[in-house]
Amino acid sequence: MENPIRVTSVTGTTPGSSALPRGAEAGSKGAGTAELKLRASNLNFFYGKFQALHDINLDIHENRVTAFIGPSGCGKSTFLRTLNRMHEMVRNTRVEGEVELDGQDIFGLEVSQLRRRVGMVFQKSNPFPKSIFDNVAYGLRVNGFAGGKPLHDAVESSLRRAALWEEVKDKLNDSAYSLSGGQQQRLCIARALAVNPEVLLLDEPCSALDPIATAKIEDLIFQLKDSCTLVIVTHNMQQAARVAEYTGFFLLGRLVEFDKTTTIFKNPAQKETEDYVTGRFG
Amino acid sequence: MTPRLFYRKATNYVMLTLTGLCALVAVGILFFILGYLLWNGGTSLNLDFFTKLPVPVGESGGGMANALVGTGKLLLIASLVGVPIGFLGGVYLSEYGGSTFSFLVRYMTDLLNGVPSIVIGIFAYTVIILRQHHFSTLAGGIALGIMMIPIAVRSSEEFLRAVPASLREAAVALGASKSRAIVTVVIPAALDAIITGIMLDLARVAGETAPLIFTAFGNQFWSPGWNQPTSSLPVMIYSYAISPYDEWHRQAWSAGFVLLSLVLFVNVFSRLVLARKGHARS
Amino acid sequence: METSEISTNRARSPERARRFSDRLASGDTAANLIVFLAAASIVFITSWIVFELYRNSAASRHEFGWSFLTGSSWDPVNEHYGALPFIYGTIVTSALALLMAIPFGVGAAIFLAELAPPRISNALTFLIELLAAVPSVIYGLLGIFVLVPMLKSAEPAIRATLGFLPFFKGPFYGVSLLAAGFVLAVMIVPFIISISREVLLAVPADQREAALALGATKWESTWDIVVPFAGKGIVGSIFLALARSLGETMAVTMVIGNTPQISMSLFAPGYSIAAVIANEFAEASSEMLRSTLIELGMVLFALTFLINGFARILIITTSKKGNAT
Repeated sequence: MENPIRVTSVTGTTPGSSALPRGAEAGSKGAGTAELKLRASNLNFFYGKFQALHDINLDIHENRVTAFIGPSGCGKSTFLRTLNRMHEMVRNTRVEGEVELDGQDIFGLEVSQLRRRVGMVFQKSNPFPKSIFDNVAYGLRVNGFAGGKPLHDAVESSLRRAALWEEVKDKLNDSAYSLSGGQQQRLCIARALAVNPEVLLLDEPCSALDPIATAKIEDLIFQLKDSCTLVIVTHNMQQAARVAEYTGFFLLGRLVEFDKTTTIFKNPAQKETEDYVTGRFG
Repeated sequence: MTPRLFYRKATNYVMLTLTGLCALVAVGILFFILGYLLWNGGTSLNLDFFTKLPVPVGESGGGMANALVGTGKLLLIASLVGVPIGFLGGVYLSEYGGSTFSFLVRYMTDLLNGVPSIVIGIFAYTVIILRQHHFSTLAGGIALGIMMIPIAVRSSEEFLRAVPASLREAAVALGASKSRAIVTVVIPAALDAIITGIMLDLARVAGETAPLIFTAFGNQFWSPGWNQPTSSLPVMIYSYAISPYDEWHRQAWSAGFVLLSLVLFVNVFSRLVLARKGHARS
Repeated sequence: METSEISTNRARSPERARRFSDRLASGDTAANLIVFLAAASIVFITSWIVFELYRNSAASRHEFGWSFLTGSSWDPVNEHYGALPFIYGTIVTSALALLMAIPFGVGAAIFLAELAPPRISNALTFLIELLAAVPSVIYGLLGIFVLVPMLKSAEPAIRATLGFLPFFKGPFYGVSLLAAGFVLAVMIVPFIISISREVLLAVPADQREAALALGATKWESTWDIVVPFAGKGIVGSIFLALARSLGETMAVTMVIGNTPQISMSLFAPGYSIAAVIANEFAEASSEMLRSTLIELGMVLFALTFLINGFARILIITTSKKGNAT
């Protein structure tokens, strides 16, 4: 492992410290030619006076799956929600530092435009109380897609991408609530995919699902990375090990270590990471 | 058993029985009212009541068709005033609330809810009747509409708040703007309950008499248009009940029966709908 | 790695999307404005009501000043008006109603919250809340044709048992302060029951369990522990009911007898603020009489405003206590 100190976010790192090589760049040496998609620089996050994230520096690469692990309350979900500015739904939050999407500052983008490009799937499946079809079509309609055949085709292709088409094609007008829990979550993924997001954020997408439904979602994640950059927060370390190329370990609002998944699990540079992945705490 | 323990146990049973009796008597009153009205009003009700105009004193027969239509017209105006303001005010408090101003709005809504209905009548009189110098359907309807506002605000706010935050998040994460998410996801999810709440609100003002006595006034004949005095079911009940004529008393019972059936039907139906949808309170 | 379809989509989307986002952003502003205006209009209407009452009662206020509240003559010929008989009738009937409704309402609430199995409690509460939906003119109708004759036939019995009290002297025609108090009591019981029940249900279970574990009977745990815990909220529900009964118009008008006098006896007819407005307003021919009636309306508004406010504070502080524990 090279430069273990540099991949670790150190308190007191000044905004000027971007000269340091980044963790993901260090990791990417073995990962081939993937391009930079998202970059967080010196990111601090506050809920009122409480600082939930401390100086996060991190790169996420295109068409890769990046996972964040860590004990609950460590800030991994907060960080994920910052990437498409979902934190703005909560009052009294404040962000310092930068997040860049393809080199553009996301806080300078129009927010609904950003969220169309950076989609999100939530911990608990949250289909709208509408039909299956209308759920998937929602994002398209919001983004100005008129109805008719093109809309129908787009819905079908999204459902196919989410591996749900065969199961629902005969009941597109049924309520989304008629689906099982795992199907509902895949519907939510289809809904997010329909607007062709460049990045898909998944916030513990399997935490409410049984092992079979979880396996289906993991298969799906694997297929999706050809067309999409995926970022997943999970409390399940085996899941991170199964699906992700890169893994970041968060603890108490800090990014302790970020590297290739194999390194994090087999040969972590930090003592805390080792303790966590070997189950000694957390 | 010591005397003291016996005394305590006896007190226990006596007092518990008494509280049960209190509840039974309260429910008994309802059945008494229903039964009495059914017996007195239901038996003297006939088709003429719904189709004919009131007849002069001394003649028997006649009906209250004009009062039924009058009540319908008053409720229509009331809905046009009360529903938009109440519903949109509820949307404001639920979706845009949290500021000092929403505290003021909530306070004023409570205050308005506490204003005695006769005072609302005075208001409609000074603002409308004093200007146009004659009684009118419009003034009565507006008075009832103002009475609808507080309950419409409260029930709309309550039901919108009950829509899970995850649905709002899902819509926003797909690139919907805040208002778009509210219109296409939040409001549709709460719409059944909101409509039911407004039905209850309408049923409540349908029986209001005090604000109508000196606004819509009364009319023994059909009331053309919207700017003439009109008779209404509650005012007819009042003026017939305090009259000295037996035939009019009989008509008052019939009208009371019709009004109460209407109000209770809407109440039972709405409360059952709300209970089935899992809203604890109306 | 990317399919060409997706990259072309992305390439053309920003321009289309910016146009669109502008439109959405302006939609946000418009939506914001619409709901804000609706909310603001509530504040406006309520303030307007107060303003109209104040403005239109100016003549009466200037003529009579504060003595309006203490004067007891009601003389339309000489245009000399005092509000005391109406204030008296309003307060006496409401107090009488509370006297009858409180034990009943609180008793029933205790039964529903503490004793009845949830299914029965919910069913009974449903029926009792229906009672609150019955229009007041229906109560008035039953008041005139059922309650008044009933009181009339009970008159000898009342005189025999309570006749020594000053409250039951003088002739009795049926329509009276007593009849109005009775009707109001029936009307406010559902309010007391349904709000008190909720306050009682909000008392944390550990309070009951602690008392029962010390060997208290069910009644002792309820009366000594649960009811005091919910005390402020119950008092709040009583004040809400009081505010409602003060402003109640139709049922009272129909049974109170509409006579502006101050009498110790509950058998005597009386008058209430709301009743005099209901009876006189439509035919108020003189400017001064109308202004006087509007001032009465303002007095009524002020009374209910103060009592409602007080009730709300009580209920809010109790429910906070319940949550904090």
